[in-house]
Amino acid sequence: MQYICLIAAENMMEHFTAEEAARQYDEYQEITEQLRRSAQLVSCNRLKPPEDATTVRVRGGKAQVIDGPYAETKEQLGGYYVIEAKDLNEAIQIAARFPGARYGCVEVRPIAVDDQTRTALGF
Amino acid sequence: MPADAIATTRALVDEIYRTESRRVYATLVRLLNDFDRAEEALHEAFAVAVEQWATEGVPANPVAWLVSTGRFKAIDAMRRRVRFDASITELAARFEDVASTNAAKAGEEIADDRLRLIFTCCHPAIAPSTQVSLTLREVCGLTTEAIASAFITAPATLAQRIVRAKAKIRDAKIPYQVPAREELPERLESVLQVVYLVFNEGYSASSGSELTRPDLSGEAIRLGRLLVELLPEPEVIGLLALMLLHESRRAARTSPKGEIVLLEEQDRTRWNREQIAEGKTLIERSVASRAFGPFTIQAAISAVHADAPTAAETEWNQIVSLYDVLLRMNPSPVVELNRAVAVAMRDGPAAGITLIDALLARQELVDYHLAHAARADLYRRSGQLDAARNSYRQALALARQEPERRFLEKRLMELG
Repeated sequence: MQYICLIAAENMMEHFTAEEAARQYDEYQEITEQLRRSAQLVSCNRLKPPEDATTVRVRGGKAQVIDGPYAETKEQLGGYYVIEAKDLNEAIQIAARFPGARYGCVEVRPIAVDDQTRTALGF
Repeated sequence: MPADAIATTRALVDEIYRTESRRVYATLVRLLNDFDRAEEALHEAFAVAVEQWATEGVPANPVAWLVSTGRFKAIDAMRRRVRFDASITELAARFEDVASTNAAKAGEEIADDRLRLIFTCCHPAIAPSTQVSLTLREVCGLTTEAIASAFITAPATLAQRIVRAKAKIRDAKIPYQVPAREELPERLESVLQVVYLVFNEGYSASSGSELTRPDLSGEAIRLGRLLVELLPEPEVIGLLALMLLHESRRAARTSPKGEIVLLEEQDRTRWNREQIAEGKTLIERSVASRAFGPFTIQAAISAVHADAPTAAETEWNQIVSLYDVLLRMNPSPVVELNRAVAVAMRDGPAAGITLIDALLARQELVDYHLAHAARADLYRRSGQLDAARNSYRQALALARQEPERRFLEKRLMELG
């Protein structure tokens, strides 16, 4: 079963000192390597800061484009992992190992596997 | 078939439904891997039992019979659906395969299934208030209407929460299992919290005019017994002891008119000696393990009260030391308040007032009516009536439960 782990925090990589950021990168590198070895990694990446976000909505056939993320919250999405886990407990154990879980939080969401969605996406 | 044979069988099936249906259900959830399918299979199995047991007699092991009948009914239903939708043929075959493998080890695992069900319903990924409802619904078999009325919620709202929780268990794949050793202490804590919450809701309703709701306390004690039987960890035993010792005073803690009777004024001959004896035996068992925790200590405090022939003969010194242990394990302002009252009983009201004032000065418990009520009572005992009246008024401004309000008003009136 696949889960996406959305890592959100107030403090993002861009706001860390160079030294802190380096430590974070090391830690992420380690856990990513571990997940890759145990075949639990599907994909992952860091996201650029919310200031770089653009939100698109189409209303009445017209695209409205505005600056910034869609949700104005203190905690911002900073990265994601798509992982393979046998159940929610295993996914939670993995999520708890991300450094972001210590200074922000990680939302764990199952990825849909229903036939309608799979067909719609051409799988 | 004679009508009375049918009636006899039906009565027997009803009895087995009452005592064993949740056990059968818990196993069906594991075999069928789905709450709703299990619920459906459970009812089908009992429907078949009513017909078949009347002619063929009751099987030697009704629980195993019901589990296997329910399982076959569910597989039949799957097969019927397969005819309409060829795409799930493979799924059905795999499902049948899993079900028969599981059934092979069903015997030894039936007891564990109820534990799996409890841990799944109390999984931290489900909101705490929903954990309580889900446990009462799935483990105890209470109807949604009964749970809704106990917690003063609209049945539709509660039903929706339960449906959502079950969907989450299925979609997010919350596993149907007892947590591994290393996870157990934390997960067990949330299970025990749910049981204790159910008990407290029954013992002292959080609002409204009735002080007690015995049904919920009864359910909590039943759950406690089940847990002790399946997972006899020290704190599981301690919680059951605590609930039994509290429950033992039920008859004495309200007057016939529904007014609160405080511990020191209760008629101790009305305390349930059987529950007290059972509670004390459980405490000994938990303490012997040397791995006991806060529930066991609270039970031990309750047992000291139970041992005192009159309020005046209470071993307050022992109670204060138990609160000291509890505070070290579980620092909390409410525990400090209770300890302050015990100190006052041992050393006089002034000592207690000093401790409560220090607590209030830290801005803790200033909104907790019982802190002001305790302070009022200590001033009353020491004859400082103005101060007592002030604190009773503060307590009244914060109290929400009707019997507690009437009690505080009565005390205020008595002070003149």
